[in-house]
Amino acid sequence: MKYTEEHEWLRPEGDVVVVGITEHAAEALGDLVFVELPEPGTKVSKDDEIVVIESVKAASDILAPLDGEIVEVNEAIVEDPTLVNQDPMGEAWFFKMKVDDPSQMDDLLDEAAYKALIA
Amino acid sequence: MSELKRTALFDLHVELGAKMVPFAGYEMPVQYPMGVLKEHLHTRAQAGLFDVSHMGQVIIRAKSGNPEDARLALESLVPVNILGLAEMRQRYGFFTNEAGGILDDLMIANRGDHLFVVVNAACKQADLAHMQAGIGESCDVEMVEGRSLLALQGPQAEAALSRLIPAVADMRFMDVAILDYDGTEAWISRSGYTGEDGFEISLPDDAALKLARALLEMDEVAPIGLGARDSLRLEGGLCLYGHDIDETTSPVEAALTWAIQKVRRRGGEREGGFPGSERILRELEEGVSRKRVGLLPEGRAPMREGTRLFADDQGAQEIGVITSGGFGPTIKAPMAMGYVSADHAAVGTRVFGEVRGKYLPATVSAMPFTPANFKR
Repeated sequence: MKYTEEHEWLRPEGDVVVVGITEHAAEALGDLVFVELPEPGTKVSKDDEIVVIESVKAASDILAPLDGEIVEVNEAIVEDPTLVNQDPMGEAWFFKMKVDDPSQMDDLLDEAAYKALIA
Repeated sequence: MSELKRTALFDLHVELGAKMVPFAGYEMPVQYPMGVLKEHLHTRAQAGLFDVSHMGQVIIRAKSGNPEDARLALESLVPVNILGLAEMRQRYGFFTNEAGGILDDLMIANRGDHLFVVVNAACKQADLAHMQAGIGESCDVEMVEGRSLLALQGPQAEAALSRLIPAVADMRFMDVAILDYDGTEAWISRSGYTGEDGFEISLPDDAALKLARALLEMDEVAPIGLGARDSLRLEGGLCLYGHDIDETTSPVEAALTWAIQKVRRRGGEREGGFPGSERILRELEEGVSRKRVGLLPEGRAPMREGTRLFADDQGAQEIGVITSGGFGPTIKAPMAMGYVSADHAAVGTRVFGEVRGKYLPATVSAMPFTPANFKR
């Protein structure tokens, strides 16, 4: 599992990467009430604003963690955004992407580095 | 920045795991571990306990000793029938300015030999000065110190509070009573700001803390923070001062005309006589060019405060702005209120809110968004 400074987690799964937000992020955001996901097939560049989430407090953007293509999105969290608060690291993943250059993963934070970031 | 004040319940909030935030000069709980959504739903289903001790509690007493003089004096600052307010009853009102805008909204209780008013935290010092300047010659106007204010709201509020103070069960909506709790005076009104039945209870700080702890031990009572307080009042169609009403909005534009009784209107026995009466009385008869309305966005995206409203989906004709908006946990949908031009204010009118560069449809809707649940 890898992490970004934007509080996303990335988990390689076959030839795609599953992306979600961390428990720390979900807690800080508060209860989510709205999620807007990109269309599968969308080509994205690192740091593109590709997801909009709104909590009871405010709206935030989620950035593409790497260059690649969105291959699948989790409609369940669009139907029920509170899933993100219940299980942010598991059921409530956001999207799966095919990464252009898998070696980019190496530049991301590992668990120890992410824990240090939020400590 | 000046130091934030704390209410007498501060340690209790921390002990309960609240997330504390600055609000109107105080460190207040925005949410507890339950979270805003569940706190909101809990209040609608059972009973929620709110610390509203940051609000201003003020006592007004006629120097003449004749309580009628205080009631008449306060009428010079609010467009409300105070003289006709029955003993141990409470009424909603607002201070107006010379331009007919709203300086603050407040609750006014007739407690026999004096008036007890509750004003918003952010405005309380200004309100006190305003009252002292306006009616200080004939009345003593004093901020109450050392008393906390709790609100217990929800369908189980009566069951919970009456275990400790049985006589509250006899009160009806907007009744006021002074009852004994633990050997001290509890100043209670059957009111609140959630659209639910419930009570607001003023007690000396120590007794308030004791009451809060006793209530929280009951299964049906949970502590509720400012986050849910905001979504509850918005679902209830209630204005938040500084957002939905302010010095630039008149009570008529704000659709608060129900709070201006006939006796203060044109042709009434005590017509006018409050700041801005010329504009407000004229608007009551001739109407206004913009009006506060409820809005239900069609999709799932909330339309927040500041969202611009248009007549069309191209953003060509701007007709208003949202002043409060978010997600309604009870209605399970986004909701908002805001001001629109009078020709777009009819219930059922479709307007478009600018959200992230898109023009999303919303329908002008009646408020409250959830039916009020008062014990009349």
